[in-house]
Amino acid sequence: MSPPDVLALREFLGPELKGRTISDARHSVSLTDILGHSRLTGDLRALAGRSVLLAASGQLESAIAMIELDGVVRRMLLCPPDLDPDHVQALLALAEIDAIVTDRPHPRCDAGTRLIVGVGLPERAAMRCKTERATEWLMLTSGTSGLPKIVQHTLDGLAGAIAADGAVRHRNATWATFYDIRRYGGLQIFLRAVIGGGSMVLSEPGEAIADHVARLSAGGVTHMSGTPSHWRKLLMSGAATSFSPRYVRLSGEIADQAVLDGLARAFPDASIGHAYASTEAGVGFAVDDGREGFPADLIGPNRDGVEMKVVDGSLRIRSQRTARSYVGADAPPLADADGFVDTGDMVELRGERYHFVGRRGGIINIGGLKVHPEEIEAVINRHESVRMSRARSRKSPITGAIVIADIVLADGTDASRQESIRTEILARCNDALAAYKVPAVIRFVDRLDVTAAGKLARADA
Amino acid sequence: MSVKLRIFSAMEQIAEEQKVTLPPLQDDLPLLDTGFDSLAFAILVARLEDDLGVDPFTIAEDAAFPSTVGEFVRAYENVPA
Repeated sequence: MSPPDVLALREFLGPELKGRTISDARHSVSLTDILGHSRLTGDLRALAGRSVLLAASGQLESAIAMIELDGVVRRMLLCPPDLDPDHVQALLALAEIDAIVTDRPHPRCDAGTRLIVGVGLPERAAMRCKTERATEWLMLTSGTSGLPKIVQHTLDGLAGAIAADGAVRHRNATWATFYDIRRYGGLQIFLRAVIGGGSMVLSEPGEAIADHVARLSAGGVTHMSGTPSHWRKLLMSGAATSFSPRYVRLSGEIADQAVLDGLARAFPDASIGHAYASTEAGVGFAVDDGREGFPADLIGPNRDGVEMKVVDGSLRIRSQRTARSYVGADAPPLADADGFVDTGDMVELRGERYHFVGRRGGIINIGGLKVHPEEIEAVINRHESVRMSRARSRKSPITGAIVIADIVLADGTDASRQESIRTEILARCNDALAAYKVPAVIRFVDRLDVTAAGKLARADA
Repeated sequence: MSVKLRIFSAMEQIAEEQKVTLPPLQDDLPLLDTGFDSLAFAILVARLEDDLGVDPFTIAEDAAFPSTVGEFVRAYENVPA
């Protein structure tokens, strides 16, 4: 079976484009002649048609395995680094995994009768492999405390937004991302590098931001993506001055005007865009005008084959880029009867633009009135001395709950100005927000936690 | 600053933020006559919890909510430090 219309990653890795690499902090691997080598310790043909768990410890090994396995195996489940080991066994059963590709001597799970194949950097000459099938790309949802859901994509759908953007626009790009490439946001960037003929510099867990930025600069990174929380962290570090990307991309959280303006000041020569995407709904759209929110005319069918509508305040998306389904016998439907995926992201029309106001599940309840913490944070973040903030609820004996804001001030803020900054922020909140949304208490904190997926950690969300 | 003065100072601050005109604060002033609504009281209790480290209305389940400014202050003064 060799359907001529099925594309796999190997199709984009011909020898004609020279000098392409993918690197992490320790190794650099040539993408130009990657197809001539194999880093699997077993025979790739033994994996043909199998359902594979990709459980490499590092991103570089994972990237190489994705390139080798795509088009050969039936499906591959990408295993993010923060996956709870207690969930592995259940996920193996749900995805009917019968082979594991790993660089660990002992898999972190009971392998049972499954085929184990190693992956590592020492390479050996490989037989040219043909694309035999459209491999299912399986990814895990993030942000849930229970068993993550397995989401099934195809390369075609994953790459839909890349084709729509046009390869020409990002020619010869060297891509980087703060994300891990085994999560949707990071995978998008890895695929952009491979499909767009570029190179990539991977992130490294636990690496100091200054060291990361030094690697980005040394690696000639031109295009970089991350969440607003990632970017705020970079802006806070002061390391941004030694980095000059041509394209800065935000996704995964609400890009408010403060972070867009902060990035525009830090990178005056860069084009700055924010994209809407999720593991389930795929890439919805990207906005490049430097303003928060998105133009109202994106709602409805648009030219890139994405159809969006707003129902009960939440954004719904139908396109070829959405995931195909959840995987597993009792899996709920991913889309409604008409094929629309409910993103759970709440939007509000203000003039000619829609603005994201928060997650449906993240609403806090203040005396019976509903508040999105993101809406409050957006107002606070506009203050020039604020680097980032988190609004949350606290129990109150009187109203049930009140709003508390934790705020990280920008570097170099004079500590003696804290009281006047507090007063200024409260005044702005009073001007911009309904009284019950104005924080009752403002606390200044040294840092706010960011999750493994790059999003602001919300204890009460 | 005494507990009473800290409570009065917090009330004046909140009155300013909420655009409420406070009558002169004295012990027999009914809380209903302060002009504070339930949100303003919720803010007051939350800030005093941060400032004084205690929320007397959450600690005791049967605590009756005070009806005058004096009773409100005593609720804070009577909590063991």
